[in-house]
Amino acid sequence: MDETRAAGNTPEYTVSEISGAVKRTLEGAFARVRVRGELTEVKRYPSGHIYFSLKDEGGKIAGIVWKSAVPRLGMVPENGVEVIATGRISAYGERSSYQLLVDRMEFAGAGALLARIEALRLRLLEEGLFEAARKRALPLLPRVIGVVSSERGAVIQDIRTTIARRFPRDVLLWPVPVQGEGAAERIAAAIAGFDAMAPGGAVPRPDVLIVARGGGSLEDLMAFNEEIVIRAAAACTIPLISAVGHETDTTLIDFVADRRAPTPTAAAEMAIPPRTELLAALAQTAARLAGGLGRLTQQCQLRLERAVRGLPDLPGLLGTARQRLDDRTERLDLALPGLLKLRRGAFALLSQRLSGALQQGMGRRQTAAGRVLARLSPAPLAALLREAAARLSGSGARLESVSPLAVLARGYALVTDPSGHPLTRAAAVAPGARLALRFADGSVAATADGKARGAARGPAQDDLLI
Amino acid sequence: MPEAKRTATDVGSLSFEDALAELEQIVRGLESGQQKLEDAIAAYERGAALRRHCEAKLAEAQARVAVIVEQADGSLATRPME
Repeated sequence: MDETRAAGNTPEYTVSEISGAVKRTLEGAFARVRVRGELTEVKRYPSGHIYFSLKDEGGKIAGIVWKSAVPRLGMVPENGVEVIATGRISAYGERSSYQLLVDRMEFAGAGALLARIEALRLRLLEEGLFEAARKRALPLLPRVIGVVSSERGAVIQDIRTTIARRFPRDVLLWPVPVQGEGAAERIAAAIAGFDAMAPGGAVPRPDVLIVARGGGSLEDLMAFNEEIVIRAAAACTIPLISAVGHETDTTLIDFVADRRAPTPTAAAEMAIPPRTELLAALAQTAARLAGGLGRLTQQCQLRLERAVRGLPDLPGLLGTARQRLDDRTERLDLALPGLLKLRRGAFALLSQRLSGALQQGMGRRQTAAGRVLARLSPAPLAALLREAAARLSGSGARLESVSPLAVLARGYALVTDPSGHPLTRAAAVAPGARLALRFADGSVAATADGKARGAARGPAQDDLLI
Repeated sequence: MPEAKRTATDVGSLSFEDALAELEQIVRGLESGQQKLEDAIAAYERGAALRRHCEAKLAEAQARVAVIVEQADGSLATRPME
């Protein structure tokens, strides 16, 4: 009953009808779309079509690039790369699934491109493709310079004029497209093509290669970041100079090249030295060559002269010997008379000295005697006598001054007992004792009329103190 | 005797680099003054030949610019650049 009701309200389609209707609706509603997402499940079929899926955090959608669209796609799809795919939505009726039919594909911004380049760089670095030991020295003077670049544009002209200015050389250009679909493959093929040339073949094999391109956007330079180009450059046995983009641009071919030039002009300058400099250097070397031989010859000449000087001079030696002999002969003849004369002279001198000495000795004696006789006179004796007399008179005077008689003359009197013994103490004088007082001119007898008064200190002294 | 062998090498077949390197070696040898006079004269003569060769190489100054053309059979040919 429910079914009947449902059937009554809902139109009935066949499978083909409904899938066809959905397909029309989808294709009509999304005529042309740009879808951003990460590439995954990329598969290239032998038919030439490329199948893939685009995904983001929330979903996934299948996509196809038809074989006819592959050459104009704009890039080579790779897993893990974020892209913006342009195309339309279409349903595949047999399975009622829908998908993107893509005809344009580009890297989703510089970030995605750089991430892809960096991933490739790390992989090739790991492989050792960029090692310094792989780099080869450029030839000093290449005969032929090979250039891989576009035939049109400033790059080949810059290289031509630089080479013509520095040192005219043959230039072989292998023309390639430097951007766009297939550019990387053509560039790789050109590098390998130069490398494969046989030396001495119909086309002369270059001695050095320049792979060059003018400036451009990151996308424009992408061919020189492609693995196929890097590998071709790494495999190339001809020394290779890269000059891609401007000085600030770095592409992966720069890492694998033997030298990296900032510009095509700089690459040409690296490839060939200026002719004038080479000529000047050669002239200098030639001068050194001549100078070196000149100096060596001069040295040999000097050594020869020294050796010649070192040879003995025989006539000279004979002459010298002759001269010495003559000299000795002459001296021999003169020797005896000379000796006699010498001795005689010595004898005369000695005789002279002997008589001189005798006279001198006698003279000295006389002088000494004279001196002694002069000193023999009475004067010193008289002086001695005078001196003795003076001393005697001096002593007399002193003797007089100490005589008691002289004291008496000054008013003192000497008290003695009658026998003439001096009385020096008052106590020794008894009352009525006889005394003698001696004056300078004579003695007077006296009698003591009192007892001695006990005056230890004399009144005379007291008087003196008054 | 590598010296004698080297001397025997025909100067004309040497590259510019090799000729210049050998010339430099000869000059250094002469400047050291250690050689016998006879050897030195021989070395000088060879040096003079190397110098002429180098000068001739430097005189070869031609500037042709050719463009590679890949032919149908895969071989290479050149055409002058316009």
